[in-house]
Amino acid sequence: MEEFIQYLISILNLGSIYALLALGLVVVFGQLGFLNFAHGDLMTLFGYALLFQIGWGLPFWIAVVIAIMFAGGCAVMMERVAFRPLRGRSPMTLLITSFAISGALHVVFQVAISPRSKPIPIPEFLSGYITMGDLFISRAQIFTIIVAFTSLILLRIFLARSRLGICLRASASDFDVARTMGIQANRVIAMAFFLSGVLAGMAALLWISQRGAVHPALGLTPMIKALIAAIIGGLSNPKGALYGGFLLGGLEATLLQILPDNLVVFRDAIVLLLLIVFLVYRPNGIISSNPEPMR
Amino acid sequence: MLKVSDIHVSYGPVAAVKGISFDVKKGELVTIIGANGAGKTTTLNALMGLVPVSSGSMLLKGEDLSKIPVEGRITRGLSFSPEGRRVFKSLSVLDNLRAGGNILSKLKADERIHDMMEQFPLLRERSHQDAGTLSGGEQQMLAIARALMSQPSCVILDEPSLGLAPKIVSQVFEIIRDLRETGVTILLVEQNIKKSLAIADRAYVMELGKIVKSGNAKELAEDQSIQDSYLAAGS
Repeated sequence: MEEFIQYLISILNLGSIYALLALGLVVVFGQLGFLNFAHGDLMTLFGYALLFQIGWGLPFWIAVVIAIMFAGGCAVMMERVAFRPLRGRSPMTLLITSFAISGALHVVFQVAISPRSKPIPIPEFLSGYITMGDLFISRAQIFTIIVAFTSLILLRIFLARSRLGICLRASASDFDVARTMGIQANRVIAMAFFLSGVLAGMAALLWISQRGAVHPALGLTPMIKALIAAIIGGLSNPKGALYGGFLLGGLEATLLQILPDNLVVFRDAIVLLLLIVFLVYRPNGIISSNPEPMR
Repeated sequence: MLKVSDIHVSYGPVAAVKGISFDVKKGELVTIIGANGAGKTTTLNALMGLVPVSSGSMLLKGEDLSKIPVEGRITRGLSFSPEGRRVFKSLSVLDNLRAGGNILSKLKADERIHDMMEQFPLLRERSHQDAGTLSGGEQQMLAIARALMSQPSCVILDEPSLGLAPKIVSQVFEIIRDLRETGVTILLVEQNIKKSLAIADRAYVMELGKIVKSGNAKELAEDQSIQDSYLAAGS
């Protein structure tokens, strides 16, 4: 029983981080039709913003809020500087541009800050375990699950209810037609990037709170996982990112649970194999976009 | 209301629209008819700013359309129901209408949604369903309702009867005729020539990127050459 609860928590923990990241990718994909490879670097930017602010003596939670906004702002800047001049070009051009941004940022982090990992002091509140009988649950994991689910619910309300959310979904569904209705292209795209940056910042907070350090390539691994989650779930729909994220989290936790110790190293290979299977047999993901109109 | 003079549109080296001129007066229902590939949809996309015009001028109530961004045309009263309906499939019917009325105040938008549901009772029944689950005819009603949300003075309808069952086609044409009665100016592009000519005031016939004939819709319906080229099969 204890083991099962721990297993469940690790699924939710991994899944919710992947889901937040995959959502960030999907929100931008919906508007511009490309996967932003620099998405992971927004996590890293969050990490450094947090590191410096704590260095300047700001309280942790204020630093977190500012760093999340900073990540959102960086995403908007990224769009203004790099992607807007390429508006209307093929998504492939945008994809390759995002590789370039990511590469450039890595070098900047390495040269301007440090190629090595920098520890971030995590408050007491987030370290250690809660014990319930025989059950040890890490506080960071519980925090992750609560924060992630709250953000997912808020995001869902924003997309479903607010006018801007409806505009975002409308232009993700048909960009040109949405423009003819007065939905401003620049505004929705900027909004999508801001959201993706905030989501990356949230994910980074959760990621870092379990690791306590930031380094130039911090965002790379989670970003690749998010990419897999987004593709498995389907890029056309935020729901897909959610399913993909939790499915991937579930798969990873399960593999960790069932694989014998000497085979655990193959965990990533098995996950990538699943990605290939999806790309071949179900390239649109679990939630495919265009339901055929029924006559 | 709308005055187009000698516009040219090309896709790379291919000229799709080769210098066409037409006008739509306030309160009129004007139709542009012609076969597939005549350049009708391209003309409309140019009017909405979705494809660039290489030369010529387009005036809406005397204002140069080329100076207005795509997003600004609706605030000047120009609204569009695109070819193939293009409803927002993953959005509910209600959210499609909300998107169509996103330039309105919240209060006004709710009022318009109410009006649209009165006018298209079917949309009320389906208001919480995703638009992608509607039938073709229902999607067309939604596309028209969505275009009417902003209370436009001029509506452009691109092939509203495309791919619909004959009975539904008649319904769609009835809706357009009723719409015209409310005083909205309508530019209708169609391949269903007989039905379009029956409800329109005036018509332009397009062939291979040019306007080859124009005039009173009733007279064009009687015109021998049009009968021969378009209506012979009794379509």
